[in-house]
Amino acid sequence: MTPPVIEIAHATVGYDGRPVLRDVSLTVTASEVVAVLGANGSGKSTLVRAALGLVPVGAGSVALFGTPQRRFRQWHRIGYVPQRLGAGSGVPATVREVVASGRLARRGVLRPAGRADREAVEAALDAVGLADRAGDPVSTLSGGQQQRTLIARALAGEPELLVLDEPTAGVDAASQEAFAGALRTFRDGGGTVLLVAHELGPLRPLISRAVVVHQGGIAHDGAVPEPAGHHADPDHEHVHPHCDEEPARLWTGI
Amino acid sequence: MDLFQYDFMLRALVGALIIGLAAPALGIYLVQRRLALIGDGLGHVALTGVGAGLLLNRSPVLVAVIAATLGAVVIELVRAYGRTSGDLALALLFYGGIAGGVMLVGLSDASSGSLNAYLFGSLTTTSRTDLITIGVLGVVLLVTMLVLRPALFAVCHDEEYARVSGLPVRALNLLIAVGTAVTVTIAMRAVGVLLISALMVVPVAAAQQVTRGFRSTMTAAMALGLFAAGAGVWVAATADTAPGASVVLVAIGSFLLVALAAAGVRALRRRARADRVTPPSEPAEHEVLLR
Repeated sequence: MTPPVIEIAHATVGYDGRPVLRDVSLTVTASEVVAVLGANGSGKSTLVRAALGLVPVGAGSVALFGTPQRRFRQWHRIGYVPQRLGAGSGVPATVREVVASGRLARRGVLRPAGRADREAVEAALDAVGLADRAGDPVSTLSGGQQQRTLIARALAGEPELLVLDEPTAGVDAASQEAFAGALRTFRDGGGTVLLVAHELGPLRPLISRAVVVHQGGIAHDGAVPEPAGHHADPDHEHVHPHCDEEPARLWTGI
Repeated sequence: MDLFQYDFMLRALVGALIIGLAAPALGIYLVQRRLALIGDGLGHVALTGVGAGLLLNRSPVLVAVIAATLGAVVIELVRAYGRTSGDLALALLFYGGIAGGVMLVGLSDASSGSLNAYLFGSLTTTSRTDLITIGVLGVVLLVTMLVLRPALFAVCHDEEYARVSGLPVRALNLLIAVGTAVTVTIAMRAVGVLLISALMVVPVAAAQQVTRGFRSTMTAAMALGLFAAGAGVWVAATADTAPGASVVLVAIGSFLLVALAAAGVRALRRRARADRVTPPSEPAEHEVLLR
């Protein structure tokens, strides 16, 4: 039997000794599309960042593809899409250059890019509908297009697992659709997805399982919860900030 | 150009050209990281190395390489692990570096002229040995920065993503830090510790006014660095000015020219686009009234 893609067991994760997540367990098996939901500040981003080793895990264990995360070296099997482009971009870079850096996990630091690398980059640009912007500086793109650049970067490495941190936050409708399309193609090709989201929007039909993080623990693990109250209204504009006291039943549907 | 038949002028020119080419190749990563002034700080630290070298009767350049490398590693560690105090730690290192340098040079038998030579550069006193050091280190630096460009770009562009890509992020960061130290020390001969940052940063700043990508910025910055170094030495030789300052002023002059030209082109393009968008319309109302 193949090991789970991600296996987090009884993990406690925190910053500066203050735990954000306590005794959290999560298993993602191959070909699943798992959404991690929760209010702002619930620790849902921390959960996926801990899985990738970007946040140290205090107690408990994390394994990727059956290997303890500390000893995991096959990073080309994972494509990571952060919330937004890092601030460290003082020098212009084209969309193609950013996407091409997604190949490094596969080809290594020293080997120059070959034909397979270039083809993978073009295919990833096509998948998110940015082929016509490939030569433009990323800084001239809209927020949604920048987000698509980041998913193309992850796809360029031809990963088996995509980890996305709030990929659709503040993204225009056209980009959300392009995003959902790219994700569907990835899933249909047998890929596994773990994504953090505040709102699912057009991604909803793709999700096979939902995990709700609430107050540092997992409050729900199973079917995608139906939005309750005024959130259920399809025209509901989700613009108000979520406060800490937001009731858990919003997502658990009780 | 009769002046270049003198060996010392020729050595000065070759040394300046190597530095002009290599400094922006490293500097682009610093600019991308928004650490443009780190070279300036390392120059200060290198000065302590110069002072120690003069005091111990060892090669000042060699000791400066060691001091600047140590300083670079400390700065990188502060950057990687430090939180709020990083800024302050850097300030301590920089001012400690320059104060230490001035004090050590004072304690040695060297004249105040030699302190000036390291502060503002002394290209025309470049010896054959110096030129070999500059050449070897410059070529190693250039090749490293070009071969590792995709990886260094990834680390400077998005460090977290680079970590999840399995890149040796810490090693690459240290490489940039050590590369900065080496650049600072070889450029010290040409422009002096107080002007080093200019050669690493100004050509990049000029290039990115007109370029769209990272690779094109790097190429253009290296070309501009080469031009500034060559033209600066030529100006210094013909007008008998300080070579270091001349090189830096040529670089800043090119930056201003490029920035102005780019702004002009952008304005023209905007106007052309506006003309295209505005449909040929009826005379505006006030024009009718004026008639």
